[in-house]
Amino acid sequence: MAALGAPMRTLRALLRELRHAAGLSYRDSPAYRHVLAAFRAHRVTSEKLCRAQQELHFQAATYLCLLRSVREHEALHREYHGRGERSPKEVAGLVGFRLPQQPGGKG
Amino acid sequence: LWWAHSPPARLPRPPPAAAGSCPVGPCGRRAYAPPAERKRFYQNVSISQGEGGFEINLDHRKLKTPQAKLFTVPSEALAIAVATEWDSQKDTIKFYTMHLTTLCNTALDNPTQRNKTQLIRAAVKFLETDTVCYRVEEPPALAELQKNEWDPVVSWAEKRYNVTIGSSTSILGPNIPASTKETFVSHLASYNMWALQGIEFVITQLKSLILSMSLIDRHITVEKAVLLSRLEEEYQIRRWGNVEWAHDYDLCELRARTAAGTLFVHLCSESSTVKHKLLQD
Repeated sequence: MAALGAPMRTLRALLRELRHAAGLSYRDSPAYRHVLAAFRAHRVTSEKLCRAQQELHFQAATYLCLLRSVREHEALHREYHGRGERSPKEVAGLVGFRLPQQPGGKG
Repeated sequence: LWWAHSPPARLPRPPPAAAGSCPVGPCGRRAYAPPAERKRFYQNVSISQGEGGFEINLDHRKLKTPQAKLFTVPSEALAIAVATEWDSQKDTIKFYTMHLTTLCNTALDNPTQRNKTQLIRAAVKFLETDTVCYRVEEPPALAELQKNEWDPVVSWAEKRYNVTIGSSTSILGPNIPASTKETFVSHLASYNMWALQGIEFVITQLKSLILSMSLIDRHITVEKAVLLSRLEEEYQIRRWGNVEWAHDYDLCELRARTAAGTLFVHLCSESSTVKHKLLQD
C-alpha cells in the first residue's frame, strides 16, 4: 500500500484545493459535498486495514495531486509562457529605442 | 549534460484538438502569439443523469464531445470531477488544464479508432522499452540511484504478477519473455474499454508499464511514480540546478496528467463495494 499519511490531512488539503478551484460558493459545489459524504461514509470503520477506506484515501490523494498540479502548472504557464510575442514597440524598448513617428502613416 | 547553459526556448502550448469545440488552428495568426482562447460562456455547471450515464450541463446546454457525441460518463464521481474542471475555469477556458475532460472525450470518441486488443497490445509493447528496465553504467552515482529506486518496483511487479522482467544496461533493453507479456495482456483484458484508455494514457506519460501498474495497483502514489519516471532528470537537477520554467513546468504537467489518468482508471473500474456503502447512507 502506498505511503499516504493521515487521511484527515489529505481531506483538509483536498477541501482547500476545491475551495481554490470553485470560488465563493465552494461549499455548495457537488465536488465538495461528494468528497465530504464519501469520507463520512467510510469513517464508520476504524480498522486500519479496511480496504475500501484505503481505496478512498488513495483516490482522494490522487485527486488532490491533480488539483494541486493543475493549479501550479497554470501559475507557471501564466508566469513564464503565457505572454506570447512582444510587439515591435516593446522590442524596440528592450534596447532603448523608440519607434519613429510618421504623421502621414507608413510610406 | 541534460540541460545546456542556455535553456531552449518554449513555445506556448496550443489547446489540444481533442478537447472541445475550439475553432481555427494556429495558421492565419502570427507565429508565437498565444492562440485566442474561448471565453467562459456559461454561468452554472451541473450534472444530470441520462440513459447512458451522467451528463454535464453548461447552463441549459448539454456538453458534447469534439465529434459532437453527447458527453456521457458511467460514474457519478467522474462526472462531478469533470463538472468541477469546467466550473473552475475563470474568464477563459483553458483546455490544457482539463485533463479529465480530455480523457473522457478520448474514451467516447476513440479518435485513434483502436479496439481493446490494439490498446492492450500498445500498452504491453511499452514493456520492451520500459524506463525502469533501462539502466546506465555511468555515472556510478546515477547507476546506484537507479538500482536503489527502481529495483524495488521491478521486484514488486515480478512478485505481484508472478513474472520475470529483469533490467538491462544494453542499448537493446531487457529481454522480456513471452510468458510475461501474456500475463500482462490477460491482466489488462480484465479492465473495460474506458479504463484501458486511461491505462494506456498513464503508460505513455510515465514511459513505463511497470510504474503505471504499480500506480494503478495503489502500490505507490502519483508523486512517487512521477519521481521514479523522472529519476535521471531529478539526478541532473540535483547536480546542476533547477530551472523553474522548464523543470517545474514539466513536473507539474506530468503530475497533473498522471493523476488524471490514474483517477480516471479507478473511477471507471468502480468496485461494487463502494457503491454498496454509499447506498447504505
